Amino acid sequence: MRILVVEDDLEAQRYLVQGLKESGHVVDEAGDGETGLSLALSRPYDVAVIDRMLPGLDGLKVVAEMREHGNGTPVLFLSALSEVDDRVKGLKAGGDDYLTKPYAFVELLARIDALVRRRAPAGVRTRLDVGDLELDLLSRAAKRSGTAIELQPREFRLLEYLMRHAGQVVTRTMLLESVWEYHFDPQTNVIDVHISRLRAKIDKGFEAPLLHTVRGAGYMIRAH
Amino acid sequence: MRIRARSKPGIFRTQAFRIVLAYVLLFAVSVTALLFFTYWNTRRTLDAQTDQIIEAEITGLSQEYRHFGLQGVAETLRAQSLHSNQSLYLLSDALHRSVAGNLDSWPRISGAAGEMVEFDFERPIDGKMEARRARGRVFDLPGGFVLLVAQDVHDRYLTERMFTTTLPWTVLLILVLGAAGGALMSRNMLRRLDTINRTSGEIIAGDLTRRVPLNGSGDEFDVLAENLNRMLDRIERLMKGLREVTDSVAHDLRTPLSRLRNRLEESVARLNASGAPKSEMMADEIERAIAETDKLIATFNALLLIAETDAGTTRAAMSALDLGSVAADVVELYEPLAEERKISLALIPDAGVAVEGNRSLIAQALANLVDNAIKYTPAGGEVRIRAANTNAGMELSVADSGPGIPPADRPRVTERFVRLEASRSSPGTGLGLSLVMAVAHFHRAELVLEDNVPTGLKAVLRFPKSAIRSVPPLKNAAE
Repeated sequence: MRILVVEDDLEAQRYLVQGLKESGHVVDEAGDGETGLSLALSRPYDVAVIDRMLPGLDGLKVVAEMREHGNGTPVLFLSALSEVDDRVKGLKAGGDDYLTKPYAFVELLARIDALVRRRAPAGVRTRLDVGDLELDLLSRAAKRSGTAIELQPREFRLLEYLMRHAGQVVTRTMLLESVWEYHFDPQTNVIDVHISRLRAKIDKGFEAPLLHTVRGAGYMIRAH
Repeated sequence: MRIRARSKPGIFRTQAFRIVLAYVLLFAVSVTALLFFTYWNTRRTLDAQTDQIIEAEITGLSQEYRHFGLQGVAETLRAQSLHSNQSLYLLSDALHRSVAGNLDSWPRISGAAGEMVEFDFERPIDGKMEARRARGRVFDLPGGFVLLVAQDVHDRYLTERMFTTTLPWTVLLILVLGAAGGALMSRNMLRRLDTINRTSGEIIAGDLTRRVPLNGSGDEFDVLAENLNRMLDRIERLMKGLREVTDSVAHDLRTPLSRLRNRLEESVARLNASGAPKSEMMADEIERAIAETDKLIATFNALLLIAETDAGTTRAAMSALDLGSVAADVVELYEPLAEERKISLALIPDAGVAVEGNRSLIAQALANLVDNAIKYTPAGGEVRIRAANTNAGMELSVADSGPGIPPADRPRVTERFVRLEASRSSPGTGLGLSLVMAVAHFHRAELVLEDNVPTGLKAVLRFPKSAIRSVPPLKNAAE
């Protein structure tokens, strides 16, 4: 993947670039908004990671300019501003996701992954499959090996999100944000309990588990 | 915690009223005593004067008696009687027959001979008989004769009567005027105390920028107000300093913490890639260090959020929202956790419990309360979440069947990093309730911690009626 990193804090930039390169990506970096914008407009990238607060042209303006020039590269904002309204502003300016510093690198990777896959044209899907697990988005029914699984509405949304990102790491924060629309971390890790409930419904009694815990990162649903 | 200035006591319970009452009573007693003394003294002086006149007359008469005998006395009396209004005489024989004098008959006199006595008698004034009062002395003379020498003191008697009849009215008047004046004075005093009380109430409620107004007179109240204001300036400066320190500590430490975390992550990645012996064990160690760093970061984030919410500098947007649906969402999030801990989680929603607020902040505050309730309620217990429209306002309450919090500890638990002895062993930052408090503060709501019936703690977030607006119709465009 080709990734553009626009970050003015050199230490943070070094860490980001190195981490992304080690994960097998090709990375270009910029230390200010103007350079970042000209890079974004002159080369094709799969995703851009842009700090919100930049000297000169700030992150919001960079993305707004990109969109004005018809550039649709997915953008992940990094920001020290954590409030919901800052997030809303970032997304309104054309950002596709918003990550608050400090963040775990796995979180960043998972989100970049999700952004790039989301962009892949898939048409309107009415059915999701992972192995022998099927999710019908129209009738809102789940089946594994032909056996119907009873899911509550929130469990359905949880499973849908996991299956839409099948084969990718999905972090707890991503789940809280997308499935519950909460942008805070509860004191007790309630997501784990929801996951183990869901796991009991879809994996119990089957030889091959589909829902996996990725240590130190989150969860992943996959067939193998 | 319910923090509120004490309400204004009724006028009868105020110190000012008590002082005024005591003062008026003391004043009435002193005035009465003073009047009585004046009366007594005046009367004594007047009596002494009268007695002097009587003594002088008696001295004259006794000289007459020594020189001319009874006959001489009788003649003098007759002569004196003719041109005297004030002096009264009566000389009678053993059979009480009048011999000489200007009194027709013996008045009723009680008292021994030789003593000053007062008696009533009648005399014609302007052709009419009038009852009058006199003061005089009776002498027994040889041969059974009796002599009465007296002075008409009716004027004095009338004055005295007037005094005794008007005295109660005077005292009453003093009491009424004193009470009225006292009430006026105390009202004035109370009004100024009230201003100070109201201001301190607002300050307690969180508005540290308020100051006690001065009236410029430079009197004791002004001095008190000025001193209070100076004290408040100092408190405000200290509070601000504390907040700034907290904020900058949180801000400035987040960056190095975040770098620390990055380095640790890099080390793990490199270790795992190297495939060196024992690398897995070392990676585990570093993972634990990362987890600790995450806890630190979470604490700083919570501190920052509290500081921003508390200072009202947060840019959180307000919208009309239904507390019932906020509660339902949070309950849904915590339901599996409660089930795992064998605690029943009950939601009791009222319809239309709408407030103006920030959904995310309120949800986070409620999540903290529910989190706490589940943490401290033993297995088999119950946690009830309720959104209710009450007279006092819109309420969001979380009641558990746990051990509760002793009343004495309740004001403390909302302070930052305060954790009660009993809960030290369980995980937590000690910031949960501080955040709830900050969110309540931000919404002008209050957080009330009270006993749950029959056991446990009930935490109530009470939004004042003024913060409630009607829910506008749903917008079509999703924002």
